[in-house]
Amino acid sequence: MEKAKPGQFVILRIDEPGERIPMSIADLDKKNGILTIVFQEVGKSTAQLGSLKEGDSLADVVGPLGTPTHIEKYGNCVCVGGGIGIAPIHPVAKALKEVGNQVTSIIGARNKELLIMEEESRASCDNLIISTDDGSYGFHGFVTQVLAGILEKGEKVDFVFSVGPVLMMRALARVTLPYKVRTIISLNPIMVDGTGMCGACRVTVGNQTKFACVDGPDFDAHLVDFEELLKRQRMYLKEEKVAMDNFISKMDQSAHHHQSHKPS
Amino acid sequence: MPEQPPEQRVKNFKEVPFGYTEELAKIESQRCLFCKKPLCIAGCPVEIDIPGFIKLIAEGDYIGAAKKLKETNSLPAVCGRVCPQEDQCEKVCILSKKYEPVAIGNLERFAADYEREAGEIEIPKIEKSTGKKVAIVGSGPAGLTVAGDLIKMGHQVTVFEALHKAGGVLVYGIPEFRLPKAIVQSEVDYLAKLGVEFKTSYVVGMLQTIDDLFASGYHAIFIGTGAGLPNFMKIPGENLNGIYSANEYLTRSNLMKAYSFPENDTPIFSGKNVAVLGGGNTAMDSVRTALRLGADNAYIVYRRSRTEMPARKDEIHHAEQEGVKFDFLTAPIKFHGTEDGWLKSMECIQMKLGEPDESGRRRPVPVEGSNYIMDVDTVIVAIGNSSNPLVPKTTPGLDINKWGNITADPETGQTSRRGVFAGGDIVTGGATVILAAGAGKKAARAIDAYLKTL
Ligand SMILES: Cc1cc2nc3c(=O)[nH]c(=O)nc-3n(C[C@H](O)[C@H](O)[C@H](O)COP(=O)(O)OP(=O)(O)OC[C@H]3O[C@@H](n4cnc5c(N)ncnc54)[C@H](O)[C@@H]3O)c2cc1C
Ligand SMILES: Cc1cc2nc3c(=O)[nH]c(=O)nc-3n(C[C@H](O)[C@H](O)[C@H](O)COP(=O)(O)OP(=O)(O)OC[C@H]3O[C@@H](n4cnc5c(N)ncnc54)[C@H](O)[C@@H]3O)c2cc1C
Ligand code: SF4
Ligand code: FES
Repeated sequence: MEKAKPGQFVILRIDEPGERIPMSIADLDKKNGILTIVFQEVGKSTAQLGSLKEGDSLADVVGPLGTPTHIEKYGNCVCVGGGIGIAPIHPVAKALKEVGNQVTSIIGARNKELLIMEEESRASCDNLIISTDDGSYGFHGFVTQVLAGILEKGEKVDFVFSVGPVLMMRALARVTLPYKVRTIISLNPIMVDGTGMCGACRVTVGNQTKFACVDGPDFDAHLVDFEELLKRQRMYLKEEKVAMDNFISKMDQSAHHHQSHKPS
Repeated sequence: MPEQPPEQRVKNFKEVPFGYTEELAKIESQRCLFCKKPLCIAGCPVEIDIPGFIKLIAEGDYIGAAKKLKETNSLPAVCGRVCPQEDQCEKVCILSKKYEPVAIGNLERFAADYEREAGEIEIPKIEKSTGKKVAIVGSGPAGLTVAGDLIKMGHQVTVFEALHKAGGVLVYGIPEFRLPKAIVQSEVDYLAKLGVEFKTSYVVGMLQTIDDLFASGYHAIFIGTGAGLPNFMKIPGENLNGIYSANEYLTRSNLMKAYSFPENDTPIFSGKNVAVLGGGNTAMDSVRTALRLGADNAYIVYRRSRTEMPARKDEIHHAEQEGVKFDFLTAPIKFHGTEDGWLKSMECIQMKLGEPDESGRRRPVPVEGSNYIMDVDTVIVAIGNSSNPLVPKTTPGLDINKWGNITADPETGQTSRRGVFAGGDIVTGGATVILAAGAGKKAARAIDAYLKTL
């Protein structure tokens, strides 16, 4: 992984029947060979990943994959991370800062409990702004509103990088469009191989079909067809529910099993 | 050859033909005339001594027959099942002038299966270590062949594979019912036993480039990365849910075993009305997979006519037996979807055959005003693959042609870079297993010669 750069991802499998799960590289300690991923439990595979214990191992990890985020000296940069998207903006903010940009990071979550990586994020930028949807911490509202505020005040913004839920990135694209700020977002369509072999990850950008795993995952926010991306991400909703229900009942069974061995 | 009856086999993923019994193999082998000037050999891309191995079967020396096959073909159990014999050896077999040709493919399969099942695959003599290291990129038939030959010559061999399992198209593309994965696995295990090192989940070009591999001590490199970039129709609506590339559909089903979801985590959408675009082996594999996943109607939609279909004759026959419907001289022009982004129907246009094109096949031309709508919920696009640009893009000085294929000498696999060889689909574009394996054989000889000059 020595070659891994900000903006790239890995694909991992937990075990033999497992699916291939794409995960952004949140941090990389090349010296000690430690790769950090940060994930949210949204379905069967991530729930199973969350149930692993210290010392457990994965079946395999492949990476780095994807085209790294283009880093150069833009001037004033704003990195916007929503929810779990806070993790992958961290290495990008760090890299932007290292080449001499002035970096503001805006990170947000639904509430204070769900906000992750506050300290790491603070360290990787010059100015950190926090928002929560319910106002339990920082600005009361969405990260996109914070960015809108900055732009409305007429502050100079040369480059915006963002990762988060698709709806948030769509809102963000609408915020920066009138100001013609170069806005790059990292997309997360459903993937299988991650090497350009299958086309599962196709997204429409500027009326052209792109394979997000090799052409991206970074794309120009103002050109992305968000409606299509949202629909494609929902392709397996039914199956995902089946998998999750199955997993929960399996976990329940093993929990009951454990209990029955406990002395009463 | 005895096989599973169609109504039974469309409900499972087990191999369709059972293979010869010893008795059947003997009978078939005795049909061979053992010609003095055998035409079949010239029909085989790797010039297997066909009468030679058939003679050994006739004499009951099945292991000997398998060894004879392996002198020229490293993967006889695979090739016996998937080669287009009707266009190669069996096409020119002298018997075919009047009768059925000798079933060379079936006999090849029999000998190779016999050897594997007897557990008698002996470890061949491995030459004294030369101290030379070779990196092989890609573990399809080309890469596996190079690996096997070079390790026997005493070189140290490492195979780098992007996916988590070795075998290339043989594991991710061709379905279990046509090529059991246990066979591919046993080929890989055999190479590992000979000392070949497999590094799976390793994408060359991302983790390390070709130049990095040289810097880390490899003396020569073989690139056998295949033709893995799926082509799409580039018509409106192609990104609707329910439209797959054959690569994705087959990878989900074969490599990720989505046919046994939820025991395996990877899902697949198994529609009721499935159209597969294309007429090659990939199209047949996709349409037959769709039937096994529960489609009520499965169609092949092909823009040319039956005679131009490049798929193996056996597979077209099997598909027909299983109830696949064929719409020839038909081309899709547009996909229609529902509000929430799912495929609802496919608009097609009728074609007629015009003048021959550069491939010599008559070019299909649309018939004005013949548009009609096909109600389908799944479409699988199987119109061929291009080359994955990853390795060429990250290897300065490696020449490619206008299709993105690596330029290599057909006799040696030598590329424009010193010490870098290539073969298989990455050089020829999508071709066949035997051509990839044959290219591997030639490259292995050339690499060995090159290593001796160092
Ligand atoms: C490049 C990339 C980077 C990502 N980085 C992160 C990360 O750093 N942290 C994180 O928590 N998540 C990340 N994801 C999303 C993560 O891969 C999915 O949440 C995960 O695969 C869901 O699996 P599941 O079984 O838990 O949920 P499921 O119930 O199967 O799915 C929940 C939702 O996740 C999405 N999803 C499902 N399967 C896949 C798949 N094979 N590929 C992509 N998305 C899928 C779908 O939109 C689905 O509706 C990333 C995705 C991509 C493509
Ligand atoms: C569905 C299907 C059915 C087919 N049916 C038949 C048939 O019946 N008969 C027949 O003769 N032929 C058939 N073919 C064609 C045949 O499979 C191919 O011609 C053959 O597999 C080519 O072999 P190869 O070694 O060149 O490459 P492949 O088999 O494509 O293997 C290449 C390998 O390289 C790996 N790779 C790619 N890039 C990298 C990288 N950067 N780093 C590391 N690894 C990499 C890939 O993951 C892959 O595993 C079929 C093909 C398909 C897709
Ligand atoms: S390798 Fe293929 S072409 Fe050659 S003899 Fe065997 S089946 Fe025939
Ligand atoms: S995930 Fe298969 S091509 Fe992108």
